[in-house]
Amino acid sequence: MQGGKEPSGAAREPGRGPRRRPGRLRRIGLPYLLLLPALLLELLVHLLPIVVGISMSFKELTQFFIRDWGAAPWSGLDNYKVSVDFDAPVGEALLHSFLVTCAFTVLSVGLCWLIGTTAAIYLQEAFKGRGFLRALFLIPYALPVYAAVITWGFMFQRDNGLINHVLHDQLGLTDSAPFWLIGDNSFFALLTVSVWKGWPFAFLIMMAGLQNIPREMYEAAALDGAGVWQQIRRITLPSLKSVNQVLVLVLFLWTFNDFNTPYVLFGRSAPEAADLVSIHIYQSSFVTWNFGTGSAMSVLLLLFLLAVTGGYLWVTSRERKSAHV
Amino acid sequence: MSSVRMASRPRGAAKPRSPMAAPRSFLWSRRIFLTLLTGFVLLPVFVMVSSSLKPLEDVSGKFRWMPSGLTIRPYIDIWKTVPLAKYFMNSLVVAGAATVCSVVIAVFAAYAVSRYQFRGKRVFTVTVLSTQMFPGILFLLPLFLMYVNIGNATGIALFGSRAGLILTYLTFSLPFSIWMLIGYFDSVPRDLDEAALVDGCGPIGALFRVVVPAAIPGIVAVAVYAFMTAWGEVLFASVMTNDATRTLAIGLQGYSTQNDVYWNQIMAASLVVSVPVVAGFLLLQRYLVAGLTAGAVK
Repeated sequence: MQGGKEPSGAAREPGRGPRRRPGRLRRIGLPYLLLLPALLLELLVHLLPIVVGISMSFKELTQFFIRDWGAAPWSGLDNYKVSVDFDAPVGEALLHSFLVTCAFTVLSVGLCWLIGTTAAIYLQEAFKGRGFLRALFLIPYALPVYAAVITWGFMFQRDNGLINHVLHDQLGLTDSAPFWLIGDNSFFALLTVSVWKGWPFAFLIMMAGLQNIPREMYEAAALDGAGVWQQIRRITLPSLKSVNQVLVLVLFLWTFNDFNTPYVLFGRSAPEAADLVSIHIYQSSFVTWNFGTGSAMSVLLLLFLLAVTGGYLWVTSRERKSAHV
Repeated sequence: MSSVRMASRPRGAAKPRSPMAAPRSFLWSRRIFLTLLTGFVLLPVFVMVSSSLKPLEDVSGKFRWMPSGLTIRPYIDIWKTVPLAKYFMNSLVVAGAATVCSVVIAVFAAYAVSRYQFRGKRVFTVTVLSTQMFPGILFLLPLFLMYVNIGNATGIALFGSRAGLILTYLTFSLPFSIWMLIGYFDSVPRDLDEAALVDGCGPIGALFRVVVPAAIPGIVAVAVYAFMTAWGEVLFASVMTNDATRTLAIGLQGYSTQNDVYWNQIMAASLVVSVPVVAGFLLLQRYLVAGLTAGAVK
């Protein structure tokens, strides 16, 4: 154990096991024993379902085989072929849902990032009310998703909602009271809720990132005559780069996979304009009872996320390396 | 909000960014931005609170900023329209048990990773973390089928039971909790628990007597995070519960009947289910914020 391999590139100092414990077996076995519960659960609830899901995607799994899915007939790549045949209804709907999700994710992550970063920068400096605002801004993060989204759903009601009351009755911006939860507007309703819910996380991470910027940098810049705006552009924003890289990836994954927001806002089948992939797969599986196709879609989604994440990590780590040279 | 520089700052407040006074353009843009943002954040909260105190006519017709008459009737009716107390209890049991199990398991795992070298350590951490990126929908179908099949084969009721939900939820917060706690445990000086070992504690004794007490903020953060995750989960609750085990996430949908949508009651119930987590979060946010960000910023 003493001469064990050091973690490659880890920031931690190499761990030293307790030296005075008797029994070599116990010494070596202990870490595994400590990990065992976590390992078993991860296997049972995360890894095994992925394996099962992949095998399900090669089967013709309909409601007749729910009780014994092992007996479902093998269908090879049929589920995948159906999913990516963009000329047929199933594939076309999946492609549409994928594109909607991409547009939604880009807009939502962008807005969350922008609002969160701006708020963090404005709250970086101490002023009266800063602590209060900080706590207030975390409310959307703390509220249970369904309670918050149900409230937004109420606000977006056509006849008795706040949004139409303000837009139509009070400001007169729209000719008639529009529908928000069906039709094309549903995309914007979903985006609004998603941003409201998501920006505080960006704010949190950015606040922490800002605390790590040494104060001396600002003082030096101020002595050189840089104003606040210049300090933000020259010091604050560049210093946030590595925090940004983690934050954007996490926001992307959460937003892309988000199920709760559209499900609570629209129910089991979302309007076409706001048909996110996760809802689409849920509907293909649990509403139309085609688990095989649903699984194939899930696997395709996973492959896409792996590719994007892998590519992203590769690019950002290369940037980091070249920055060090 | 207006006085920028105060004579004495409260302890813990961030230091001013620069010794130079901020220009007016900065102060004004800050004022406008923060006012708009506060409005955006508070709008649903206002709707939730005000609508929960309105009579049904007020929420069925055109939206009114001010209620025609204040009433606490919705707060009484919510318990009768749907069995809210039962859903509340289910959520409490499920989220509570998932939190306790998740924290204990994460403490052991993080201790192993933080203090020991062993084969497969890197594989373990990378695998556990990467499960975070998988879409929930990916597990849902297989897990649903697995639970049904385990039930058929062994008679252990996982599908539709609280146990199944607890098992599922505790793994949701586990990867992140382990990750956060590794960072916390690493910051506890190794000399401390080695001294405890020299004094005759076993490794587990050193963990509970030295490392855990020193990492309490991190453990609180992990517990709050795990509870919030379980309390707010919708996807698995929608598929894996039945009438007896339904949680709040699904139970709240019961206020819409074919004839009426009791919006005032829905808002009252939403507020009631939010209070425990929001209060807990605001009380403990200092820990949670430190914990959440420790990993991401490093």
